[in-house]
Amino acid sequence: MKRLFVLFVLLGLTLHARATSLTIEITQGLEGALPIAVVPFAWRGDASQPPPHEVGGVVASDLQRSGRFKPLPANEMLTRPTRGEEVDFRDWRALNVENLVIGDVSPNGPGGYLVRFYLYDVFRGEQITGYSMPTTARDLRATAHHIADIIYETLTGQPGAFATRIAYVTSVRSGTGKEAKERVELRIADADGFGPQTIVSSEEPIMSPAWSPDGRRIAYVSFENAQPSIWVQEVFTGKRDRLTSFKGINGAPAWSPDGRFLALTLSKDGNPDIFVMDIARRSLRPLTRHWSIDTEPAWSPDGKSLVFTSDRGGAPQIYRVSVNGGEPSRVSFEGGYNARASFAPDGRLLTMVTRVDGQYRIATLDVEARDFRVMSTGRLDESPSFAPNGSMIIYATRVGGKGVLAAVSTDGRVQQRLRLQEGDVREPVWSPYLQQERNR
Amino acid sequence: MKPQISAWLALAVSALLFAGCAGTGSKQDDPGASIEDRSAAGAATAGASQGGPWTGNPLDNPNSLLYAKTVYFDFDQSTIRSEFIDVLRAHAGYLNGNQSATVLVEGHADERGSREYNIALGERRANAVRSFLEAEGVASSQINTISYGEERPAAFGHDEGSWAENRRGVLVY
Repeated sequence: MKRLFVLFVLLGLTLHARATSLTIEITQGLEGALPIAVVPFAWRGDASQPPPHEVGGVVASDLQRSGRFKPLPANEMLTRPTRGEEVDFRDWRALNVENLVIGDVSPNGPGGYLVRFYLYDVFRGEQITGYSMPTTARDLRATAHHIADIIYETLTGQPGAFATRIAYVTSVRSGTGKEAKERVELRIADADGFGPQTIVSSEEPIMSPAWSPDGRRIAYVSFENAQPSIWVQEVFTGKRDRLTSFKGINGAPAWSPDGRFLALTLSKDGNPDIFVMDIARRSLRPLTRHWSIDTEPAWSPDGKSLVFTSDRGGAPQIYRVSVNGGEPSRVSFEGGYNARASFAPDGRLLTMVTRVDGQYRIATLDVEARDFRVMSTGRLDESPSFAPNGSMIIYATRVGGKGVLAAVSTDGRVQQRLRLQEGDVREPVWSPYLQQERNR
Repeated sequence: MKPQISAWLALAVSALLFAGCAGTGSKQDDPGASIEDRSAAGAATAGASQGGPWTGNPLDNPNSLLYAKTVYFDFDQSTIRSEFIDVLRAHAGYLNGNQSATVLVEGHADERGSREYNIALGERRANAVRSFLEAEGVASSQINTISYGEERPAAFGHDEGSWAENRRGVLVY
């Protein structure tokens, strides 16, 4: 695992770091969340040169954002132990804290750190788990997200998705009239919004970013050269290939779960239909053939079927078709507008854009139980995307006329907003689990 | 108010352009010349108000139906509204009379709903304009289309007024 981690770091250096960053505010939620305490981690090195991030704080805010945990504010802690022998469980029982996390950071060679943490069951008075993790200044936050993942999985039984990333599109406009300019960028940031990096920048629209299943490539639509084309770009090197540039629409790329195929929308034959491209061979086969609009394909996690948006019934609704083609069946029936569906990792839940009383909102649909739920409260919400563990849905919304990102827990309890300093932010897509966690 | 100003600007720019190539003494039928007025708009200052018959590029004549290059659509619709039929007929006439001229028809959508669906909707609108022009005899080789969906709004509000301005087809020569 360590070797992969280092590789990740070196490749990461080629990315261009940006000063702007997202900040996250939780706008609703936390009732019923598990009380936990994450004591600020001790620094065992030179007090004048502390590490660039406080690991305990990053862990606590990760856990809080999940909606499953309610971290005790540091100023309410009776004591702040940083070693096992300093823990007195009575202090924490008095505060009704069920679980306790302590840890420290030590110097570990030039530019290196060793992060240790311990997770305790307060009422049983025993350690549940503990890890020692070597890292660097650059990866200190990634290590903190790792720790949050371990805690989350240990206590909930589900994998955490904190050490993941999001891709999104930003737009900054300047000038007016014929001097008007737009700078559109495709960016990648940590799942908590930290450390945004620009991977594509253009004066023409960029749309529909899609992560490959291994998280190493992103497909997107770019209008550079006054023509929409689908590109696939390596996240770490910036190397990219143009996959399609047909007459008409080249849009809505979606990776198959095995990463070998890309479903996409082309209108080269007259109107938008879904095609499947074998990426290695660059060969295309049509998946849908209908005079209506067929677009926005998304694969089921088992790779056996796809959902897509079609107005074949008169208004946009979600349909499902076998990966081998055939007659699609309608999936969404609630309301007069449902579009841009995608699957949760369990393959049961879909998220989509829906129209409710003229407002465009994010909904989930349990395809088996036929349970339809509206999850957001905006009027122009769009582009929902599940976290790889299915716990959250990130989407684009508008606040004060500005495009911002928001997220809602899949159980609907926690709402949060991610703010960027300038311009419009839109089309968020959550990365899959990245290689470093999968090989833990 | 706004169309008036841009009309004056276009007039001024055309006048300047025409002055620049007055030696040829020919009418500016070459549609390529109209490309100029986009970048030169900032340089236009004065000398626009002389009367008389229009001598510049007919696409830039504010008194011509050809001056209008945008048609608007109803929500989730791609039907050409009756009020724009004369404008599109004028453009068809222009293209039929200038067989070397080509036009790019841009289709646009308002911001509501999903972005890729709006790309498809914008294409439908561009194709509606294309079909109309073709029905009026314009060669299909003279027409190109592109859909920008909601990615290139003309108005930046988030209300019905802006949305109506953004549901459009634009003829770009």
